Amino acid sequence: MNQQPLTQRAKEAISGYTDPNTITLNLSRLIRIVPRSRNTEAVLVLFVLGLFAFELAQVQISTIQKITPELFTYWTPIAAVAILFHVILRLKASEADSLMLPLGLALNTLGVSEIYRIDIAKVAAGATDLFGIKQVIWSSVAMLVAMAVIWLVPSHLFLRRYVYISMVVGIVLLMSPMLPFIGLKINGAQLWLSLGGLTFQPGELAKIALTIFFAGYLVSHRDALAAAGRKAFGLRLPRARELGPILVIWVASLLVLVFEKDLGTSLLYFGLFLVMIYVATGRGMYVVVGLSFFVAGALIAGRALDYVSGRFDAWLNPFSDLHYNASFNSSYQLVQGLFAMAHGGIWGTGLGGGVPQMVPVAESDFIISSLGEELGLIGLFAIFALYLLLVSRGLRIAFNHSDDFSKLLAVGLSFVLALQTFVVVGGVMRVVPLTGLTTPFLAAGGSSLLANWIILGLLLRISDSQKAQVAE
Amino acid sequence: MTRELKRITLLIFAMFFSLLIASSLIQFINADSLMADGKNPRALYDGYKTQRGSILADGKLVAFSVKTDDKYQYLREYAGPAFGAVTGFYSLAQGTTGIERSLDSYLTGKNSSQFFEQVNALLSGNPLAGASANLTIDPDVQQVAFDALGTLTGAVVAIEPSTGKILALVSTPGFDANLLAVHNIAVADSNYQKLVSGSNSPLINRAIGGELYAPGSVFKVVMASAALESGNFTPASKLPNPKKFKLPGTSTYIYNSGEGKCGTSKPEVTIADALRFSCNIPFAELGLKLGQDAISAQAQKFGFGKSFDLPLKSTASVYPTGMDDAQTALSSFGQFDDKVSALQMAMVSAAIGNGGVLMKPTLINSILSANLAVLSQPANETLGQAVSQSTAEQVKNMMVDAVSKGVSSNGRISGVRVAGKTGTAQNGKGQPYTLWFTGFAPAENPRVAVAVVVANGGGMGQRGFGNLVAAPIAQKVMKAVLNK
Repeated sequence: MNQQPLTQRAKEAISGYTDPNTITLNLSRLIRIVPRSRNTEAVLVLFVLGLFAFELAQVQISTIQKITPELFTYWTPIAAVAILFHVILRLKASEADSLMLPLGLALNTLGVSEIYRIDIAKVAAGATDLFGIKQVIWSSVAMLVAMAVIWLVPSHLFLRRYVYISMVVGIVLLMSPMLPFIGLKINGAQLWLSLGGLTFQPGELAKIALTIFFAGYLVSHRDALAAAGRKAFGLRLPRARELGPILVIWVASLLVLVFEKDLGTSLLYFGLFLVMIYVATGRGMYVVVGLSFFVAGALIAGRALDYVSGRFDAWLNPFSDLHYNASFNSSYQLVQGLFAMAHGGIWGTGLGGGVPQMVPVAESDFIISSLGEELGLIGLFAIFALYLLLVSRGLRIAFNHSDDFSKLLAVGLSFVLALQTFVVVGGVMRVVPLTGLTTPFLAAGGSSLLANWIILGLLLRISDSQKAQVAE
Repeated sequence: MTRELKRITLLIFAMFFSLLIASSLIQFINADSLMADGKNPRALYDGYKTQRGSILADGKLVAFSVKTDDKYQYLREYAGPAFGAVTGFYSLAQGTTGIERSLDSYLTGKNSSQFFEQVNALLSGNPLAGASANLTIDPDVQQVAFDALGTLTGAVVAIEPSTGKILALVSTPGFDANLLAVHNIAVADSNYQKLVSGSNSPLINRAIGGELYAPGSVFKVVMASAALESGNFTPASKLPNPKKFKLPGTSTYIYNSGEGKCGTSKPEVTIADALRFSCNIPFAELGLKLGQDAISAQAQKFGFGKSFDLPLKSTASVYPTGMDDAQTALSSFGQFDDKVSALQMAMVSAAIGNGGVLMKPTLINSILSANLAVLSQPANETLGQAVSQSTAEQVKNMMVDAVSKGVSSNGRISGVRVAGKTGTAQNGKGQPYTLWFTGFAPAENPRVAVAVVVANGGGMGQRGFGNLVAAPIAQKVMKAVLNK
C-alpha cells in the first residue's frame, strides 16, 4: 500500500508525539495567555447580559407599552458587577470553570426580570411592597461576596483548617431562628432572623458551613465509618459508635422540623448529610438506615404536629374545598400556582403577558409558577436545563478532582443546590409537600442569593485549583 | 468514590426528570382541565384582557369593546336591539350566544388562522388583539325589518339568492345586549331574569329555529316544486275541485279557506290557480298522488332536515315521516307536523329565485385581523340544485301570479315583479294562527329572497292572515333592498 507521509499535526494526533520545539512554544503560551475558557466565559456573560436587557425590555413593552430608562436601574448594577466578576476570575482563578458564572447569572437575571414584572403589576394594583430594586442590590452584593471568596480563599484546602469552626457556625446559624427576640416566624415557618428591620434566613448560610464541616469530618473519619460492623439482613451495619454522627444530625433535623416548622429545611440538611456520608464511605447502608430514621421521625412528627399533617393533607387533596378554603395551611396558594402554570401552557403568555401576581408570594416561593405561566413549559424546561447544567458542572469538579476533601466539598455543594431546587420546585408542582425553602438564584430574597452565590464562588475556587494541579 | 458519584449524579437526574414530568402534566396534559376549574379565575380575566374584535354589519359597528377602568379592562357595547339576534351577547354572568359565541376564537384572537399574530404577541408580550367579523347583514335592511315587525313576535330572514348572503336576520321581540354585557354581575343577572321570565322570551332566536313554526300555505311552494320535478305535472295540470274533501281513512273533512271551491266553480282547477288562490284541497290531492317520500325528498333538497352553520347554528326544519294518507294530505298544505324556520322558507324562495340552485346561507363576509388584513373570506358555496331550472322558472311564474293576481297581493311593489306566497297556519283549536310570507324580487333577477313569520296571530288570534300581517312586512324589507 502506498502510504503518504504523515503531516506533523497528524503524527502528534496519532502518537501524542510532539516536536520538542513545539513544546517550548506551547509552554510559553501557557504561561502568558489566559486559557481559552475565560474567553468563552466572557462571551457567555455578555450574551446573558444581552438576554437580561431583552427580558427587561419585553417586560416594559408588554406592561407599560414603552421602554423607559428605568430599565438601566435594573440592568446596569448587575451588568457592572458581573463583568467585574469575570475580571476577578481572570486575575485570581483563571483556570476556573467557564460555564458556572454565566449559568448563575442567567438564572439570577431571569429572576430579577420576573420580580420587576410582578412589581409593575403590584404598583398597578396599588401595592407598595416591592422587591425588584432590593433584588438588584442583593444580587450585586451576593456576587461581590462571591468574588471576595474567590479573592480571599487562596485554595479550598484552606477551608479544611476551619472544619470544626464551620460546624459551630453552621449549628448556630441553623438554630438561631429559634432564639427569642431575634427569631421571626413568616408564613408559619420559624426560619428568619430579624435585626434592625432587616430580615435574614440564616439557614441559607448554614448549609454552606455544614457542607464544609461534613466534607472535612467525613474525610477524616471515613475509614472508621466505612469499617465493617456486624452483618444483618444482608446489610453491613456500622459499629454503634459510628452511628453517633448520624443520630446527632438526625436529632438536629427533627429539632428543625419541630421548632422551625419547616419540613423542607429539615429534609435539605438530612439529605445533604446522607449523600455526603454515602459518597465518603460507599456504604449504601447509611442511606437506608438514615432514610428510615428520617421517614419514621417525619411520620411521628406528622402525627404529633398539626402543621405537618395539615401540609400533607393539603398536598394530597389540594382541590378539596376543605383544604382550599382552610384558614390555616390552605392549599389556595398551591392550587393558584398550578392554575398559573396551566394558564401558561406550552408556550407561555410571554413575559408580562400573564397574571402571575394572582398567586400569593409570586415573587419568592412561587417564582417558578410565575415563570411557568409567562415562559410556558418550554421556558421551565430551559430553566431546569440551566439548573441541571450548573449542578453538572459542580459534579464534574467532584469527578475530576483527585483529593477527597475537594470531591466531597464539590459534591456536597452541588447536591445541596440540586436538592433545594427539587424540594422547592417539586413543592410548587405537587411532587413533594410544599415547604418554605427558596428557589436558588431566582426567588426574591437576599439570604438565598448570598448563600447560592457563595456556593458558586466556592465551586469556582475548587475548579480552579483542580486545573492548577493538572497544569503543575 | 467515582461509583458513588455516578449514583448521586443519576439521583440528581431522576429528581430533575420528575420535575420535567410534573411540569408537563400541569402545563400540557392537564392544562385544559385546570383552566376549566371553577376555582380558576384566569380564563375569565383572559377573555376581557384582550381587546375583543368587533362585529360589523357591512362596515357598521354593531358590537365592539371599549376600554374601561375596572379590572375587566374592556366593556362590550352593542348597537341596539335590532342586531341582538345576530350578535348575541357576551356576558360575564351568562356566557356568550350568537356570533359572539360562534366566532369566539376569532374575536379573542385564539383562532389558528391568527398564528402569526399569536407569535407576535408572544414575542412582544403585548396582549393579543382579536379579529373582527364583517357580516353580510345590511344594517339598513336589518333595521327596516326590525321596525316593520315592531311589537309583533316573529322573525324576518332576507337572503341574497345568488350568493346565500344573509342581508337581514331579525327576531322579535329584540333585546338590548348591553343589558347583559354590564360588568356588575348582579345587575346583569337581574336583567337576564327579566328577559327570560316573559312569555315571548327575546332570547329565543326565532329566525333560525329557536322556535319552529307550522308553515301552512308557504309549504305549497315546496309542493308545487315536487309536483313539477316528478315530471307528471305541469302548472296547467288539473286536479278535482270539490268544496270539501274527506281525509282518507277518516270521517274528517278539510276545506279551502273561505270554505268554497278553489277560485273557479269548474269541477277541476290547475296547480297554478291552486297556488295563486292558496287552496288546500287541490294540494292535499296532489300530496296523495305524489306520496310523502317524493315530498320529503324535495323538502330535503331545499334544506329540510339539516342544521346550517351560518355560523349561528340553525335548527333543522321538519317534514314528517311515516305518515298515513290523512296525515300526508294535511302535511301537503303545511299542516300536521310540518315545522319550519324563517331561514328555511327564505332558502326555498332563494333557490326558486336563483334558477333552482340553493346557495349555502351565510352571515360572514370576511374576518379581518386587528391590522385589517383579511384572515378569512368564505367563498359562496352551492348546496346543490334544489329544482331544475325549468321547474324554478315555472314555480316563479306561479308565485308572481300569486302576488300580482292572487291572494298574496300585499307583497306587491310598484314597478317591480314580485314573486311570493303567503301562509296562515293553524295551530290547533282556539290557538292563534302563524302568519307567513315568503318570496323574492325582482322576479326576473332577484336581489333579495325573504321570509317573514309572525307568531301568535300577530295579536289578532284567528282573525289575522298572512297577506294582512306578514306580506306588508316582507314588502318593506324587499323594498329596502331594492332601493339600495
